[in-house]
Amino acid sequence: MNDPGYWSIFLNAALVNNFVLAYFLGICPFFGVSAKLETAVRMSGAVSFVMLVASVCAFGINLVLEAINAPYLRIISYILVISSTVQLVEMLMRKLSPPTFRALGIFLPLITTNCAIFGLALFQTNKGYGFVQAIVYALGAGAGFALALVLMAGVREKLDLADVPEIFRGTAAALVVAGVLSMGFMGFAGLGR
Amino acid sequence: MALKQVSSTDEFIKGLWRDNPVFIQVLGMCPALAVSNTAINALAMGAATTFVLVMAGLSVSLLRNFIPREARIVSYICIIATFVTCVDYAIMAISIELHRALGAFIALIVVNCLILGRAEAFASKNKPGRAMLDGLGMGVGFTVALFFIGVVREVLGSGTLFGVDLFADGFQTWTVMVLPSGGFFAMAIWLLLVNWIRQRQAEAEKQDGERAREATS
Repeated sequence: MNDPGYWSIFLNAALVNNFVLAYFLGICPFFGVSAKLETAVRMSGAVSFVMLVASVCAFGINLVLEAINAPYLRIISYILVISSTVQLVEMLMRKLSPPTFRALGIFLPLITTNCAIFGLALFQTNKGYGFVQAIVYALGAGAGFALALVLMAGVREKLDLADVPEIFRGTAAALVVAGVLSMGFMGFAGLGR
Repeated sequence: MALKQVSSTDEFIKGLWRDNPVFIQVLGMCPALAVSNTAINALAMGAATTFVLVMAGLSVSLLRNFIPREARIVSYICIIATFVTCVDYAIMAISIELHRALGAFIALIVVNCLILGRAEAFASKNKPGRAMLDGLGMGVGFTVALFFIGVVREVLGSGTLFGVDLFADGFQTWTVMVLPSGGFFAMAIWLLLVNWIRQRQAEAEKQDGERAREATS
């Protein structure tokens, strides 16, 4: 088994194979909450945190499932753990910072169905990462998600001021912006590996 | 139940155009963009999602009186995850190549917002037959949308369709279309087309309404 260094795992997850722009994971919140910069920052904070927790949980579950030789339970147990983690984060946030909770609104429960988090858990299992590697991978993925979301929000705030044809408004324009961003991120190919 | 009884065919048809999951509701975008780089992948993904949609619709609808409201999301996710595991293993058994091409995205059907959305919004309130029909309509609409995106990306990106060469040697392939950014662009183009058609329809309806009003007055 090849054993990539921590730094290259981080770079790989954050830039080269950016979860949003190269793997198309977490597209829904990417378009949903990227209209305002402030919400985007909060959302990426929440997602990065859940990613970290989910990654640790997924690592533990995988050990158990390997031990009892039941890999077919992987999908169902991962998703259950992730949704309970999200619930936990939701309760914590409501207690600790009500304004953030209100700002995130519907998108916090929606992290449950955020493919980025579930995808992260699956990828780290498929790649056979160790414990520390998995954590670094989660950190990188979170950073990449945050970067993409914040960049997108910045562009879209400016885009609001532009005079765009009517059929182009909304999702279509956002898609083109995402496409251009994704093209930019292709420039990072060859950085990691 | 809605006041106006909707016909069964309408339940099916609405997924194709009026409430098309990808182009109108913009749900389930992740797989729509990720595995639409060739037409075959798009079709396979669409078929797998349709199966899960129909079966999840049926199960949720059958169990709708037994699932407590507080625990409904978790129950739905469990049901969906079960069927996704079936599909995952079935595809692995049918074609290992296809399984490799689709990669983790089969497992990711679990977190497709479209399926959970339909379970929550439709199947939990309707009879099993209708729920299945709704799931089938949405699934076919999803497949068609994926297929359209896949065709554009495969023809432009690799100059082939279903793996068959379409052009003579001189064709310069648009590599960008196979790459991730091509997914965004292809999707944006289709979305523009759909928006344009809908806008024209709305305008035509408005004019018809005005004409009718003039005729009556």
